[in-house]
Amino acid sequence: MQFRLMLQRLFHEKLAFVSMIYLLLLVFLSLFASWIVPFDPNEQDLSKVMLPPDGTNWFGTDELGRDVFSRVLMGAQAAIQAGLVAILIPLVIGVPLGIISGYLGGIVDDIFMRIVDAILSFPAILLALGITGALGVSLWNAMIAIGIIFTPQFARLARGQTLQVRREPYVEAAKISGAGPLWIMMKHILPNILSPIIVQASFSFSLAILVEASLSFLGMGAQSPQVSWGGMLQQAYSMIFVNPLMMLFPGIAILISVLAGNFFGDGLRVAFDPKMKRT
Amino acid sequence: MRGHNEPVLEVKNLCSYIPTSRGVIRPVNNISFSIGAGEIVALVGESGSGKSVTALSVMGLNSPSIKYEKESIISFKGANLLKMKKRQMKKIRGNEISMIFQDPMSSLNPLHPIGKQIAEPIQLHQGVSYKKAKKIVLQLLEKVGIPDPENRLNDYPHQLSGGMRQRIMIAMALACNPSLLIADEPTTALDVTIQAQILNVMKELQKDTDISILIITHDLGVVAEMADRVLVMYCGEIVEEGDVYSLFQNPQHPYTKGLLASVPKLRGASEKHLHTIPGTVPNPLELPKGCNFSSRCSFATDKCLSDAPDLIETGKDRRAACWQIVDSQKEEVTVHA
Repeated sequence: MQFRLMLQRLFHEKLAFVSMIYLLLLVFLSLFASWIVPFDPNEQDLSKVMLPPDGTNWFGTDELGRDVFSRVLMGAQAAIQAGLVAILIPLVIGVPLGIISGYLGGIVDDIFMRIVDAILSFPAILLALGITGALGVSLWNAMIAIGIIFTPQFARLARGQTLQVRREPYVEAAKISGAGPLWIMMKHILPNILSPIIVQASFSFSLAILVEASLSFLGMGAQSPQVSWGGMLQQAYSMIFVNPLMMLFPGIAILISVLAGNFFGDGLRVAFDPKMKRT
Repeated sequence: MRGHNEPVLEVKNLCSYIPTSRGVIRPVNNISFSIGAGEIVALVGESGSGKSVTALSVMGLNSPSIKYEKESIISFKGANLLKMKKRQMKKIRGNEISMIFQDPMSSLNPLHPIGKQIAEPIQLHQGVSYKKAKKIVLQLLEKVGIPDPENRLNDYPHQLSGGMRQRIMIAMALACNPSLLIADEPTTALDVTIQAQILNVMKELQKDTDISILIITHDLGVVAEMADRVLVMYCGEIVEEGDVYSLFQNPQHPYTKGLLASVPKLRGASEKHLHTIPGTVPNPLELPKGCNFSSRCSFATDKCLSDAPDLIETGKDRRAACWQIVDSQKEEVTVHA
C-alpha cells in the first residue's frame, strides 16, 4: 500500500525517476557485464592504440589498444559492488547500533556514541587509506573501508530517529502489551525510522562510488586486471598530454552515476516525506 | 450487584518521589485504595494530581526518575508489583493488567495493519503465530463492535475514525483476557456521541468478562456513567473516596464539592457564570504546609493552614481528608456522650 504510494510520488519526480531507471540499468549491466561486453576488456591490441571513438570501438581504445567501452562497462561492476557493500555494512552494523543506543540510552548510548565520534574524527579518505593499508590493497578491502567510514553516519541517523519514535504512544502501547525491548525495536521502531535511512543509503551509495574511484585512482582500490573507473582515470591521467580524450568516458561514467544516486536520494526524500503531499 | 469480595488490586501507602535540583516532588503521596473483582473504580482529579502516575506505577512503566518509598505496596493478586523483576512484570503487562490511553490517534503504529496490532499481545504472551491469533482477533473485533471484522483486519490505522481506533485499542487491551484494565482518560480525545459509544462498549465488556476497571478521568459525566466507586485526587493525595451515588449526592470534601458545583448544568436555576474553584493548583515544589487544598478552600481555618488532615473513615465505604469533617465527627461524639 505505502510502497505503491511512494512509487507514485517518485514517478512525479521526473529526475529521480530517470535516475532510478539509470541505476537499475547500471546494476543490470554490472551483473551481466562479462557477457555483454563486445571485447575482452583486458585484451590488448597494439595495432589499435589510442584510437578515437568509431563504429567498432564506440569509446575508442586506450594506450594498450584495449576497448574503452568494454572497460567502462566492466568498471561499472566495481562501482556497483563498492556502492552496495559500502551501504550494506552500515545498514547491518550502524543501524542496529543506532537503534539500540537511541532506545536504551544511558551508558550503552554513551559508549556507542563515543566510538562513533572517534571514527568520525578521522578524515574519511585517510581512514580509508589506513584501513586498506592495514588489510591489504584490494577492491574488497576498499569496500570494507568505505563501509566502515559510513557506519557512524547511519548509527547517528538511526539513533536520532529512534529518539523521536520511542516517545510515541504506540511504543508505550506495545510496552503495555508486554513487549520487550527487542520486540519493540524490531517491530515498532525499525519500520518507522526506515525511510530516512533508505534516503541516506541512496546518498551513501553514490558517495561510495566516488570514494571507490578515488581509492582506485590512488592505487589503493581495485587492482589490475580488475577494471575500475578510478583505475582508468589513473591511466588516462598519465596519458593526459598524449590523449586527453581517454579520461572523458570513465569520468562521465562516474559523474552520471554519482549524480543519479544523489537525484534518486532527493526524490526518495520527497516521496517519503509525509509533509510534501501531492494531489 | 457486582461482587466486591477479594480485591484484585490493592495499593497501600503508595509514595513516589522525584528528586530534583530544586527539591523533592511527590507526584503521588501516600495513597491507598483497592479494586475488587469486577469493580469499576474511577480516579478523578485535575491535571497534575497524580492520576496517571498512579496508573503507570501499577503498570511498572513510570520513567526511571520516579522513585518509590520503601513502604509502598502495589499488590496484584497477592504479589507486590513494585518488587517484581522486569521479566515477571513483562508477563503481567498486557496479559493480566492492560491499559488504554487517552489518544487513540497516536496509540496505534501507523505502519502495521490493525489485525496484527491486536494480535501482538496474544503473540507475545501465548507464543502463537499470527495465523492462530487471528481467530481471537476476529472475535475481539466483533466484541468491541467493529462491523465486518474480516475485511477490517488489514486496514491501517489511518483508515479508521477516532472512535473505531479506540475500539481497536480496547480490543488490544482485552486480547489476553486481563483481570484489570486501566483506562487513562479513554474518551477525552473523542467527541461526545462517540464517548457514549465507547463507554457503552466498555460497560458491556465489563459485564461479559467481569474484568475490574480503573478508569482515570477528569470528566465527572464519565464517572457517573461508569463507576461503582470514586477516588478523588488532589495534589498527589486521595482527598475523598466513596461509592458513586453517595459521593455525588453528598460530597464531603470541599474540593469534591467545588468540582461537582463546577459542572455546567443544563436545567434548573442557571447562574450567569460557571462556578469555579478559586486559585490554581499549587506548585508541587511549594505545597502548602497544612492541607494542600487550604490555599483555595473557602472553609479553611488556622488548623488547615498548619496541619494536614488524615484520610479518615466518614461512613460506610466513605473516606475523606478534611478538618471540617474531623471536627464535626468530634462534635457528634461529644453530643452522643
